[in-house]
Amino acid sequence: MKLLKALRLPARDMTDRAGLPKAAVIAIKVVGLLALLVIGVVFPPLISPDTTTTGVAVYALMFAAWATAWNIFSGYTGYIALGHAAFFGTGAYALGILCERWHIGPQLIGTGGGDVSILFLTIPVDYTPFLLVPLAGLIAGLVAVPVGWIALHTRRHTFIVITIAIFFIFQLLAENNVGNLTNGTKGLEFPYPSWVYPFYNFPFYYAMLVILVLALAVSWWVRHSKYGLGLLAIRDDEDRALGLGVRTGPYKLIAYVISAIFAGMLGGVWGYSLGSVFPQSAFDPLNDISLALMAFMGGLGTLSGPIIGALIIEWARLQFNSLSFIENSTSPGGYYLIIYGALFLVVILLLPEGIVPTLRKWWMGLLASREEQGMPADSLELSKQTAPVAVEQAESGEGVNR
Amino acid sequence: MVSIGTIIEGIILGLLSGSVYALMASGLSLIFGVMEIINIAQGALVILGAYLSYLLMQSYHIDLFVGLLLTMPIMFIIGVVIELLVIRPLKRERTMFSILVTYAVALIIEGVLILTFSNTPVTLHAWYITDSFLVGSFGGQPFYLTYAYVFTFALSVVLLAGLYWLLYRTEFGRSLRASMQNRTAAELIGINVERISAITFGIGVAVTAAGGMAFGTTRPFIPNDSYDLISRLLVIIVLGGMGSLRGALVGSLALLIIGDVTAVVWSPAWSSTVFYALLVVLLLFRPQGIFGQREGRKQ
Repeated sequence: MKLLKALRLPARDMTDRAGLPKAAVIAIKVVGLLALLVIGVVFPPLISPDTTTTGVAVYALMFAAWATAWNIFSGYTGYIALGHAAFFGTGAYALGILCERWHIGPQLIGTGGGDVSILFLTIPVDYTPFLLVPLAGLIAGLVAVPVGWIALHTRRHTFIVITIAIFFIFQLLAENNVGNLTNGTKGLEFPYPSWVYPFYNFPFYYAMLVILVLALAVSWWVRHSKYGLGLLAIRDDEDRALGLGVRTGPYKLIAYVISAIFAGMLGGVWGYSLGSVFPQSAFDPLNDISLALMAFMGGLGTLSGPIIGALIIEWARLQFNSLSFIENSTSPGGYYLIIYGALFLVVILLLPEGIVPTLRKWWMGLLASREEQGMPADSLELSKQTAPVAVEQAESGEGVNR
Repeated sequence: MVSIGTIIEGIILGLLSGSVYALMASGLSLIFGVMEIINIAQGALVILGAYLSYLLMQSYHIDLFVGLLLTMPIMFIIGVVIELLVIRPLKRERTMFSILVTYAVALIIEGVLILTFSNTPVTLHAWYITDSFLVGSFGGQPFYLTYAYVFTFALSVVLLAGLYWLLYRTEFGRSLRASMQNRTAAELIGINVERISAITFGIGVAVTAAGGMAFGTTRPFIPNDSYDLISRLLVIIVLGGMGSLRGALVGSLALLIIGDVTAVVWSPAWSSTVFYALLVVLLLFRPQGIFGQREGRKQ
């Protein structure tokens, strides 16, 4: 199992062996990230009149951020949480309720608040609900503390089942209009911004982008911190990690809460962009599984995997929406579910490790074979060492939960 | 005004419908016990079973209970096919991946059902669904039940007994229980665990034909109902202890009795919430469920 560690973080060592200095690799990564960021920022104005694409882009960023946040808990600890939409919905409802009670943002009846001034910054009334987004995230995070504390009493597969159950509790609570907060199945109205198409999607797009960057930064920090190492140790062997002094309980709970905070913030922005939320849409079981699909497709526990998975699936959804046979059908949901399910099956059965780890392995194999001719020293040793571990693991069916 | 009579009504209702859930949940628990696979598609399969009964009733005018002779083998075959196609290829971390692939299967089934039957609710028709009889009078209030409740209760009892007989009185059952206890050891003494797994999955899915039919007699249904069902079934097996058949039985009766009593005493809207809340409390003290074995480190 010690070799597993070598398998997990091999990219850095191998790049060194390929002859590139570490600084150059970091520089390439930073430049690449900045380039992606610039593309992200200028994307909506470039594509502007096309509201369908910008609309899908909002969702693509939302799911990319959400899958990244989900991955901070589920990817790093190996605990698959299938009820994450509970916190998304909590955030959406929290934002809606706060706006309603505090009279923030433009309201239909005209009771809404005005512009907000902070120091020498004036925020137009349409943008004021965004100020509450972090608060919505915090509320979702607070809710996640007891929920996670209870759910994390269980291990692995029972945990998955419990998260599903908890998700449905949330949906039921919203439907039953607990404490007269959620307005039941009638749904909750949000402030209605005065933006018009095609500009309408822009503010939401940038809000999602900011959250995505934040989530990515947190994910990167966790991945490279001692805390993150503890999470990975939990994934590999929880009991041994506990024995070695990793405080597994608080570690898991903190990661759970972090991911819930992001889900809540995204839910808030999402709710504002729609104008109204319902128990069935805010707490959507399909979202639970979409997250898992995106993270698995890209590569569970990798930094970039969830984003890649989210972008691919949202792109596929865009293509799918424009197919003509869907429009003619009386029940488009059916085709959608079938293709979605089939795609999911194909990904898990053919690419169980996800795109990023598979590509990385392939790249390492390429480097190793190149070095075989040039310098057959210890690099060959490593590639030979790592391969049997993966094979052994695959053959014995031995996962982290054993 | 809550009288003792309404509570008795709730208990009777819960007992009768609880047996049906026990049937569906024992299929799920059996599959988990033998294969360590959580079949998320169980809810969708129950609905599929209900629609199969509906199809036979509507197109060929076959009685619902007679139709089971046809739908149960069909569901058995569907189960075996699912096992061969999507469960067997899983090589590592089978439990986790099984949840994902069976979720995908559930989506596909739901999609097919929506395409075939659309999202309009359908109801099953038979004389025993419409006719009811007087059970008794509690506190001056007459209490009627449809015959379907009693019939499906009897059906569930018969099928559960059959399942019990199969597991504890036959050679196949002995091999199956051996695979449940220790997969590797069972293989070593010459049990064909792969075959047992496929058949187990088939049996676990076959009971959904009966479960679905029974579900359909109590209310109109749409493809989307599978979400509510699977969450209830999962909660049942967690409550009872994953992989325990006794647990599935006790869990179902507890869920339905608590739910129905809450429904008559308080409000139907709260029936599931109260149960879920109790489950959460139980998990705090007994994370492995009532009859479950402690999870954690194996080997």
